Amino acid sequence: MAELSDRPFPPGTYPVVVIGSGPGGLQVASRLRHHGIRHAVLSADDAPGGMFRRWPFFQRLLSWTKPYAPVGRAEHAYERYDWNSLLGEDPASRTLMPDLMDGSSYFPSRPEMQRNLELFAERAGLEVRYGCRWTATRREETATGTEVVLETTDGEYRAEVVIFAVGIAEPSRPATPGIELAAHYAETRPAESYADRRIFIIGKQNSGFELASGLLQWARRIIVASPSPAKLSVNTRSLVGVRARYVQPFEDHVLGGGVAILDTAIQSITRSADGSLEVRARPTAGGEELSFEVDEVIAATGFTSPLRDLADLGVATFGQSRLPAQTPYWESASVPGIFFAGTISQGAGGLKKHGQPANSGAVHGARYNARVLVDHLATTHFGIDLDRPPIAAADVVETIVDALALAPELWHQRAYLARVVSLDPDEGARDEGIVPLAAFVDGNADGEVSDAVALTLEADGSGAIYPVIYARRGGAISEHGVEPDLLLRYDTADVRRQVAEIVAGFGVGAARS
Amino acid sequence: MANPDEIVDQIASFGLFADLATPQLEGVAHTFEERWYAEGERILRQGISGSAFHIILEGEATVVIDGEERATLGRGDFFGEVSILLGEAPVADIVAKRALRCLVLAGPQVQAFLVDHPPVMYRMLQAQTRRLRIANRWRS
Repeated sequence: MAELSDRPFPPGTYPVVVIGSGPGGLQVASRLRHHGIRHAVLSADDAPGGMFRRWPFFQRLLSWTKPYAPVGRAEHAYERYDWNSLLGEDPASRTLMPDLMDGSSYFPSRPEMQRNLELFAERAGLEVRYGCRWTATRREETATGTEVVLETTDGEYRAEVVIFAVGIAEPSRPATPGIELAAHYAETRPAESYADRRIFIIGKQNSGFELASGLLQWARRIIVASPSPAKLSVNTRSLVGVRARYVQPFEDHVLGGGVAILDTAIQSITRSADGSLEVRARPTAGGEELSFEVDEVIAATGFTSPLRDLADLGVATFGQSRLPAQTPYWESASVPGIFFAGTISQGAGGLKKHGQPANSGAVHGARYNARVLVDHLATTHFGIDLDRPPIAAADVVETIVDALALAPELWHQRAYLARVVSLDPDEGARDEGIVPLAAFVDGNADGEVSDAVALTLEADGSGAIYPVIYARRGGAISEHGVEPDLLLRYDTADVRRQVAEIVAGFGVGAARS
Repeated sequence: MANPDEIVDQIASFGLFADLATPQLEGVAHTFEERWYAEGERILRQGISGSAFHIILEGEATVVIDGEERATLGRGDFFGEVSILLGEAPVADIVAKRALRCLVLAGPQVQAFLVDHPPVMYRMLQAQTRRLRIANRWRS
């Protein structure tokens, strides 16, 4: 049993326990190591990668990495073009994805992504206790405060802080009568087994259209149906909606091929005497009930977070994915000490200005959330002072313009993460780091300073992406948007002038620059 | 922790959706998103642009203008539509008085939703007219 005793993180008490070894868990672990915060990482899997060990079903990601981009791979700004690498604390663990791609697509294949995550874990020196499944949770009062107790297949773990990075991977089905006759997306068989079959897909999210796209050359007929019309990412101008990769079924539909895309509420699924399935549905816009005779029904109706018994502890959840409601720093909004990372971090919705969500559901957004979360824990729970480098008065405008033009955290997490520069007339200007914008705007960010600007980028759904500066002076916040540029150039003389005007109002002498 | 089926049951009794049949209510449940706010959390922010239309499913919210509490909203009440219709930042903070569950529609989607659902637009107009009448009474 030498092998077993070699496993890291035996049961016991740790300052922080992280659950999960997908991108979220790995990113958190890397940052905890960076700060020297003692922790344990537990995973039910037997290797790193999380959902990317299984999905996407058709083996090609939806998030791109451009091997050749407007900025070089060694630049911090390159992260804007590489959605899949995790954030390394040293050069050896940075920007791993582009070198692992075979050049056939700028969407990495699933195995390439898996390798990227495995290599990150290796290069960042991350330890994980694999094959250790979290089974139950409770909270206990101790002499020093409240502890979270995690029961696992290996024994009990206790921690003041637990970070759940368990993904959103529990298949979810609607309550439709007969839904048990449908397979879930997660149970899809190899594509060729659908040859010459009539397929009814419930759901107009990416998973439904991924299946419809992948089965176009196999299925005899495909019906994609759900109550509300499909949104397309190129129309919403965000990650909301069906991604461009999967719009082919729409073309087939509008050109009269074998695909039908319908807005109907599904009433029931029943098995007919001949073994086929009958789906009954009512058009959402009104009209006669429709009946479909098909061979297969697939419920592409999404996934929920596998939060086990956290709801019994009082963790509030919302929406179809049953996401935990979170503070701007990704702590359960209803139970302290329980934090979330990875794709679940999208439960902290932020300002969601103009309805545009941040990209927290994807690696390229969640990786920054994880870093900010660990930095937050470092200051609030472990007494670690983060670096707040002073900025010379003459450099303030250029520092701000640089962030607006290039910072990948701000470009990926629009109206969600912000770089804060404090502008105290006495103390001068300081870089306060990356902060959740909602915390800044509502005045409850860590190390809150009175006079400061928060820098972010925003989009309003019109297609433009533009910098916005939130200025706080004497407790009052004002919002300053920069005129959108068609080519997204924000290191211009015009932007410098606008920034200088805003900064001048703070009286730190930067207006001279 | 509602799924669309549960949301349909909840909103069927709301005045705003009184004229919609069940399949249309299902469409609404799929078009709006659900959000949960902790007690004390700000939902709309006075002077900050880009807000959304909210309908309260559970809980209560306070309307706060310049730090002063002006009104309390409850189940079935809605807010955010004025700033969206006028294309301006909200003139009030909306703060969760206790845990609040809402249906939310992004500002840019409101016009298309109302145009697609004239009975909802009519009910919203009625509600606005009632508010206007109260405001006029105060003035006279």
